[in-house]
Amino acid sequence: MSELLIQEREIVVPGQILAKGMEYLPSHGTYRKDEQIIASRVGVAIIDGKVIRSIPLAGKYLPKRNDIIIGKVIDILSMGWRVEFNSPYSGLIPIKDGTFEFIPRGADLSRYFDIGDYFVGRITNVSGQNLVDVSVKGQGLYKLRDGRTIKVNTNKVPRIIGKKGSMVSMIKRATGCKITVGQNGLVWLLGEPAMEFIAVQAIRKIEEESHIPGLTDRVKEFLEEKTGQPIPEHHSQNDDDEEEQPEGEQ
Amino acid sequence: MQYKKRYDGRGHDETRPIIAKAGVLQNADGSAYFKIGETIAYAAVYGPREMYPRRLADPKRGVLRVNYNMMPFSGPGERNRPGPNRRAKEISMVSEKALLPAVDLEKYPNCVIDVFIELPQTDAGSRCAGICAASIALADAGITMQDMVPAIAVGYVGDTPVVDLSYDEEQPEGMEAVDVPVALIPSTGEITLLQMDGIVDAEQLNTLLEKAKDACAVIAQKQREALQEKYLGDADEE
Repeated sequence: MSELLIQEREIVVPGQILAKGMEYLPSHGTYRKDEQIIASRVGVAIIDGKVIRSIPLAGKYLPKRNDIIIGKVIDILSMGWRVEFNSPYSGLIPIKDGTFEFIPRGADLSRYFDIGDYFVGRITNVSGQNLVDVSVKGQGLYKLRDGRTIKVNTNKVPRIIGKKGSMVSMIKRATGCKITVGQNGLVWLLGEPAMEFIAVQAIRKIEEESHIPGLTDRVKEFLEEKTGQPIPEHHSQNDDDEEEQPEGEQ
Repeated sequence: MQYKKRYDGRGHDETRPIIAKAGVLQNADGSAYFKIGETIAYAAVYGPREMYPRRLADPKRGVLRVNYNMMPFSGPGERNRPGPNRRAKEISMVSEKALLPAVDLEKYPNCVIDVFIELPQTDAGSRCAGICAASIALADAGITMQDMVPAIAVGYVGDTPVVDLSYDEEQPEGMEAVDVPVALIPSTGEITLLQMDGIVDAEQLNTLLEKAKDACAVIAQKQREALQEKYLGDADEE
């Protein structure tokens, strides 16, 4: 007879036995050993009918196809741009995915992206050896000018974005900043310096307090106190070009 | 000669008091603190990250690199010279091999996971404490692992088998001592570290390994509790 030893959304750690018996199936972050399902990384257990998996709570960002990321150009090659994005692996923007502009043969590629430029891109492909292709061509993908980027915990990105982008759009409305959150744990902000600072503080607060219930209310309170005015209900003019990102679960 | 009562008064199968904590260092990707008796180990994990120099990278799987370091005034004996020495290099190597079978490196080709084990205070069993701390730190860094890797020293003082020898018990007066550090993977029972100082026969060794297995199950539980404590609360949804 199969027996489940954990509850939904319980913290699991490597080596912990999650279930006994052949009726349950292992998925991400778990494996089967004889009759047992055992956790293989720190995470939150999710029970999907018979399938047991865990959402990681720690770890570096590993590139995944179709993730929206914020990255930085670190080198210019003959076939495109080498980029880094807060991950153990670097990526490549091929010339054809760099810009909508026509790039003539032998052109100076630094005219389009120079070393040190930041961008919002989409991961188009990840190979078995973790060679990463990035595209900056498409809706909501662009080169970043001005503003600042901050690093946040990759595993807290879904909390910063919130359900259907609710959290980040609240910060946007309150501070009037443009904000883009990359799945890789880099956040880009642009606005009035004082407001930018408040937005960064709010993001840090989300990161630190994401485990305490009632986060949305507390962040709302914090923003209202810092900006000294209630948060506008409707989207401000800055809110149109950002793409709403889905909650990043594996 | 019989060794009836232990110097510090604990039972023969009893380890020294253990304190384990996860996530104690801010700048590391994963970190842990492991205290057993008077031996204290800190472990910091950095990575997976790009391997430099590049020629050391393995295109098939990630590389685990462990560094064990005992601080100059950590031991009960003489000050030891800081920096790597023959002993530290050996222990770095065996610690690496003790952790390797538990860690899944297939996901990180061309990368390295660096583990730094620092011992600010030692009283025997430092390599075991280091391995215990390192495995908590690896899990804390979000690395996929088959299981935690607990480690403990077992041995004989005189004719008495004991668990977790202290510094005094390693050199008892008027008696022979045997010191066997053991690390294992609890879920498979695979032994990943087995060294020996002293002389025992096969039967005695088996007795020791049985004792080590029981002690390791207890330690593994402490390691998991340390991790759970750190991440407690992270599970709650809005």
